[in-house]
Amino acid sequence: MMESSLDPGNASHRHVIAAGEPWMGTVLAGQHLRILDLEGNQAVDTLFYRADMLEERYSAVDTIRAQRNIYLTTGTVLLSNEGNAMLTIVADTCGRHDTLGGACSAESNTVRYALDKRSMHSCRDNFLLALARWGTQYGKDFSKRDLSSNINFFMNVPVTPAGKLTFADGISSAGRYVEMRADMDVTVLISNCPQLNNPCNAYNPTPVEVMIWD
Amino acid sequence: MADGAPYWMLWEETVRPGAHWSGLLRRGSTLRITDVAGGGNVSTLLYNYEDRSERYNMPDTLKAQHTAFLTRGVALYSDMGRVLCSITDDTCGWHDTLCGVANAAMVQEKFGPSRFQERRNEYYRNGYDSLLNELGKYDLGKRDLGPTVNLFSKVTVSDAGDLEFHPGNSQPGAYVDLRFEMNVLVVLSSTPHPLDPATAYSPREMQLTAWHSRPAPRNDPCRTRCPENERGFRNTEFWFR
Repeated sequence: MMESSLDPGNASHRHVIAAGEPWMGTVLAGQHLRILDLEGNQAVDTLFYRADMLEERYSAVDTIRAQRNIYLTTGTVLLSNEGNAMLTIVADTCGRHDTLGGACSAESNTVRYALDKRSMHSCRDNFLLALARWGTQYGKDFSKRDLSSNINFFMNVPVTPAGKLTFADGISSAGRYVEMRADMDVTVLISNCPQLNNPCNAYNPTPVEVMIWD
Repeated sequence: MADGAPYWMLWEETVRPGAHWSGLLRRGSTLRITDVAGGGNVSTLLYNYEDRSERYNMPDTLKAQHTAFLTRGVALYSDMGRVLCSITDDTCGWHDTLCGVANAAMVQEKFGPSRFQERRNEYYRNGYDSLLNELGKYDLGKRDLGPTVNLFSKVTVSDAGDLEFHPGNSQPGAYVDLRFEMNVLVVLSSTPHPLDPATAYSPREMQLTAWHSRPAPRNDPCRTRCPENERGFRNTEFWFR
């Protein structure tokens, strides 16, 4: 657990992402990005891309292998597929964050829950809609192939030494946050998770806030 | 394949230590990958051959089956809720999919410099460049290189989340059978696992053996492992109707 000294009143950008909605933005090298869990236990599916070259992007497997630990928290360096530092987590009042659980999709919902769950809103639908609306502002030909394994801020996916993986009740609560310092200019793609079939959002998706400081 | 081999055999091929390979495995065929000398690693990527934007998805595979590793009975899912292939046999017991591959800088730092200029084809290859080599042949690239399956490598996670590599997971002659449920582009590299603590660069030779099998029957153990897989196989069959 590590608190930040930055004052939300001094943030250069603040945006509340409504429950179940996507968001895209840019964070420049040296700026801080905070994601605030406003009402508690809200998974925030997040991807990062190098702002001027989207072929370079956040890599879950490189990040966890380099720190030899699957959970993300203060001190974690979020690495790219090229092995470069993209952002560093500098404050975290939740404790740990997931990067193995990926994003929910209409198709994976049919597998995980029931065939008739296909019509439910999902993180991949959010990602795809964000790319359709705003993708060309951030990169040419931004598409599904760019949706690699993401971070799930505030989500709890414990793994046991025997290799069992579960989606467990959240460990976040209202007012908890995670804050990162950008080590390069990055494009941020977020889905404020709409999943209703497992405890990742406490069965009640709620808004989160993003804040950026210069 | 030798003359006189059974009619159901398709082909055999040897992957030299550290080499990379790619090919098409059709629905209803099985590929056996054998770690001839033991202690090897095969970093593997899978794509729907007909629509290569559909590919192996590590999170969807793990969360559908509530597992953090792969072994016999596990289905390997694409991002479209379909089963690309399933593991029908496995004498090894644990295959990693959490750790990705090493790049050129990591290999040089760990094993020292070893360039083509001095070593010719004995130079030290790395998984990242090896996979990019094969992907480029199909107009795929960095954007398509996601989490790999690292066959024959065991990495466990402690209660605190720490990763531990287990040497000796794969004995000489260990094999894993992948039965293909779709027409799949298989891309692989036999370079060492990035967490293997061995201080000498020593990739292993891999034997590939392919044969006609058949799609998963109703009572197939991979299909009946869990209700999630029943639905995943159903989704897969819809692709072929």
